[in-house]
Amino acid sequence: MLAFVIKRCIQSVVVLFVMSLIVFSMINLVGDPVDMLVNPESLPEEIDRVRRDFGLDQSVQVQYWKFLTGAVSGDLGNSFIFGRPALALIAERFPATLELATCALILAVSVGLPLGIYAGLNPDGWGARIVMGGSVLGISIPTFWLGLMMIIIFSVLLGWLPVSGRGETENFLGIESSIFTVDGLRHLVLPAINLALFKISMVIRLTRAGVEEVMALDFIKFARARGLSSPRIIRSHLLPNIFIPIVTVLAIEFGTLIAFATVTESVFAWPGVGKLVIDAIVNLDRPIVVAYLLFVVTLFLVLNLIVDIIYAAIDPRVRLQGDR
Amino acid sequence: MAELLEIKGLDVSFFTRLGSICAVRNASITVKPGEVLGIVGESGAGKSTIGNAIINLIEPPGKITNGEILFQDKNLRTLNENEMLNIRGQKIGMIFQDPQTSLNPVRTIGAQLLETINSTKELFGKLAYQNAIDLLKSVGIEQPEARMKAYPHQFSGGMRQRVVIALALAGDPDLIIADEPTTALDVSTQAQILDLIKALCVERQLGVIIVTHDIGVVSNIADRVAVMYGGSIVETGGVKKILSSPDHHYTKSLLAAVPRGDVKIKRFAAIDYIEGAAQFHKRIAVAEHWLGERLTDKKSEIAIVITDLNKRFVLKKALFKQNRIYNQAVKDVSFSIKTGETFGLVGESGSGKSTVARLVAGLLSIDRGSVKIFDKEIANKPQDKQVLAVQRELQMIFQDPFSSLNAKMSVEDIITEPIRYYKTAKSKDELNQIANDLLDHVGLGKKALYKYPHEFSGGQRQRISIARALAARPKILICDEPTSSLDVSVQAHILNLLKDLQEELKLTMLFISHDLPVIRQMCDRVAVMRYGSICEIAETNDLFNTPKNAYSKHLLGLMPKIHTLLSKTI
Repeated sequence: MLAFVIKRCIQSVVVLFVMSLIVFSMINLVGDPVDMLVNPESLPEEIDRVRRDFGLDQSVQVQYWKFLTGAVSGDLGNSFIFGRPALALIAERFPATLELATCALILAVSVGLPLGIYAGLNPDGWGARIVMGGSVLGISIPTFWLGLMMIIIFSVLLGWLPVSGRGETENFLGIESSIFTVDGLRHLVLPAINLALFKISMVIRLTRAGVEEVMALDFIKFARARGLSSPRIIRSHLLPNIFIPIVTVLAIEFGTLIAFATVTESVFAWPGVGKLVIDAIVNLDRPIVVAYLLFVVTLFLVLNLIVDIIYAAIDPRVRLQGDR
Repeated sequence: MAELLEIKGLDVSFFTRLGSICAVRNASITVKPGEVLGIVGESGAGKSTIGNAIINLIEPPGKITNGEILFQDKNLRTLNENEMLNIRGQKIGMIFQDPQTSLNPVRTIGAQLLETINSTKELFGKLAYQNAIDLLKSVGIEQPEARMKAYPHQFSGGMRQRVVIALALAGDPDLIIADEPTTALDVSTQAQILDLIKALCVERQLGVIIVTHDIGVVSNIADRVAVMYGGSIVETGGVKKILSSPDHHYTKSLLAAVPRGDVKIKRFAAIDYIEGAAQFHKRIAVAEHWLGERLTDKKSEIAIVITDLNKRFVLKKALFKQNRIYNQAVKDVSFSIKTGETFGLVGESGSGKSTVARLVAGLLSIDRGSVKIFDKEIANKPQDKQVLAVQRELQMIFQDPFSSLNAKMSVEDIITEPIRYYKTAKSKDELNQIANDLLDHVGLGKKALYKYPHEFSGGQRQRISIARALAARPKILICDEPTSSLDVSVQAHILNLLKDLQEELKLTMLFISHDLPVIRQMCDRVAVMRYGSICEIAETNDLFNTPKNAYSKHLLGLMPKIHTLLSKTI
C-alpha cells in the first residue's frame, strides 16, 4: 500500500512537470498581456517598463526557469492584474467552488442512484421509461441555456429565488459556507441544480446499466434460490456490486465538477475559481491561468489516487500493484 | 415411502416474438427422501428448466403452462411469491453449475452464510455463527472460523462449490436440486463433490435431483435416472437398468456414444437417433486429391521431438528480478511423436498441457529447450523462412468453437484464408473447388460456404475449424480439447471424423484432453502431465491397464466406470 502511494506520488511529480512545460509554452503563444495591462495610448517607454517589470522581456526559456524555481518553493507567480500571488487568489475563491460542487455531487447521488436502481429493476415499466427519457434530456440540454432558463423562470418570472451571486456565509465548526444561512441556501439552489443535472442523468444511466448487469448474474439467482427476500438481495448483493464502478466514476466526476463549474459560475455570477479563471483568460493574466491548470491537474491526480485506494477497499479482489 | 416431490405432466414454454417454444413437454418425475434422481440429456433438452420450474425461478419469457408440482403434498404452482420464499432455501435448496459465479464476489462467505441462516432459520448472533461453522465443517472445509472471513476468490473451485453446498443446506432443505454441480470442476474435485452430495443425501435423508449432461456423473451417484430428449422425458428407471438395458432408442445411442474407458474400439457408435445429426463426409482419394499433393514428400520417421521444454509466466511484475513471481507452466518436458501417430497429453486443468501445445505451435515463445519439427529446430525463430515452411505443416484446432472462428468472416473466407496466404491454389476456380471439397470432407456440404459462424452449432463450428486446419495441407494436427465443449453425440461424430481424416491423410496428431476415455479411444501413446511436468509416458493400452506412476493410477481411479455397468449387448 505504502509502496503503491509512493510510486504514484513520483509519477504525479513527473506528470505535473510535463504539464507545466506544456501549459507554459502554449500560453506564451497567445497574445501579449502587456497590451491588456497598459493603456494603448501610453508612451513606448512606459510600455517597455511594464514589460520589464513583469519579466516579459526575457526569452520563454528564462521565464520558464524562473517559474519552475519559484514553483518548487510553492510560488506560482503573481497575478498581473491583482498583483497578488496566483495561488492565494485561487485558494481564496476555492471554497465557493467546492461548496457548489459538493452540493451538486450530493444531489447527483441522492437523486440519480435511487432513480437508476428503480429503472434497472423495472426495465420495462412506464416509470423506468420516463426516468430514462428524462436522463437523455438531462445529458443533452446545454448547461448554460438551462441556467439562463432557470433564472428567467424561478428568479425573474416567479421571483422565488435570487438571480445571482453567493449569499451570506457563516462560520460553523471552522467551515465558512453559505449552506448555514437561509440566504446562502437560497442563492445556492439554482446553481447547484444546474450543475448537478448532467451528473444526475449520468448517475441514473450508470446505475441502471450496473443493476441490469448484476441482476442477471448467477449469484443473484442463487441468492433467490436460497430464499432471500428481494429487499435483502438488493441491499446486500446488488448494491455492493454496483457501487464499485459508480464510486470510481463519481470520484473522477467530482474533479470535473470542480474544474469545469466555470459555465455555471459564469451564468450565476458565482464567485468561484471558475469565474476567476475566465476573467484571467480574457485579460491574459498568465500566472493565474497557469496556476489554475496546474491546480486542476493536481486535483485529478489526487482524486485518481483516492479512487484507486477506495477501489481496493471496496473490492476485495483488487490488490494494488506493489502490494504483497 | 411417500414421495417427496412429484411432478405430473409439466409443460414449460418460452414466449418470444417468433412464437412460443416448448422447452419441457409433459414431464413427470418423482423423488423420494434419501434418493438421488439424475436427469440426463444433451444441451437444449430442457433439463435445467425442470429444476428452475420446481422453485419457480424460470426467467421470463419462460412460463409454466401446464402440470402439477407436488412437494410434500403441496402444489407449488398454487403458492404466491411470498409463500414461495418460505419454500426456497428452507425446503428446497439449489446448487448451480459454476461456483465462481454463484457467490457474491465482494462479500465474505461468512456474511453470505449468516444472512442465509438469518432469513431461513431465523437464528441470529452467536447461534447463527455457530450454525455457520457447523455447516462449513459438514461440507468438509477446514478451519471454518478463519475461512468465514475469506472472500470467494480466495477459495479453489472445489472449495467454492463446497461453500455453495453449505449455503444450499443452510435452511435445512428436504430437497436439493443440483444443476450440473461438477461440470466446471476437475475430475478429482468432481469425485469429491459427488461423494459429498451422496453422503449428505444419505445422512440427512434428502431428496436430490442432479441435472447433468455427463452420464459418468449419473452412474456414480444416482439411484434413478430420467433421460431427456427434446423437452420430453423419454425414459425413467433405476440407474443399473437404464445403463445396462435401456428401452428407448435415444438412450441406447446416447450410451453408445460415450467414449469407453475400458477397451479401445475402432470407431464411436454415433447417435443416429437425432434427426439431421448423421452427417456423412466424403472419403478422400489421397492419390489424386489436392490435400494429398504433398504427402508423398519423404520426411523423417519422427515428426516432433521436444527436449527439456520450459516455459514460465510472470505472475507479478517487479523492477528487480528477485521480486518477480513466476508460474512454471511447463518444466523439463521431453517427448517425441512418430509420423502418423496420435500422441495424447492428459492432465487436469493447470497441468500445462495446453501451454505445451502452444509452444509447439509457435504461439508462445520458448524459455528454454528445443522443439524440432521434421528435424527443423523452431524454438524462437518466428521469422525464419524454413521455420515458417515447417509451421505450415502444423495446424491447430482449438477448444472453444465459438471464439476460435472470426465472427465477421464467412465460412468461405475462413477456409480459403490459409490457401490464399500460402498461395497453394493455382487459380480462383481451384480455390473455390478446394473450399467446396473440404466442406464435403468434414461433412458440412457446399451450402455452408456463404454462411457465417453464428449460423452453426458448436459441433458444426468445430467441423469448420477442422476444414480450416486442413486447408493449410498440414502433416501435423494439434487438437487442444477439441470436443470438451460439445455434447457426447456430437463429440462422437467429431472424433470419428478426426480418426478418418488421420487414417486417410496419414496425419500426425498431438491430442490434448482432460477426458481419459476420449484419450483412450483416440491415442496410440499418452503422456500424463501434472504441475507442468510429465509423470509418465506409455502406450495407451499399457497406461490404462497397468499404470506405473502413482498420479496416473489416481487419475485412472477417478474415471467414471459406467461401462462396467453396461451389459455386453451395447
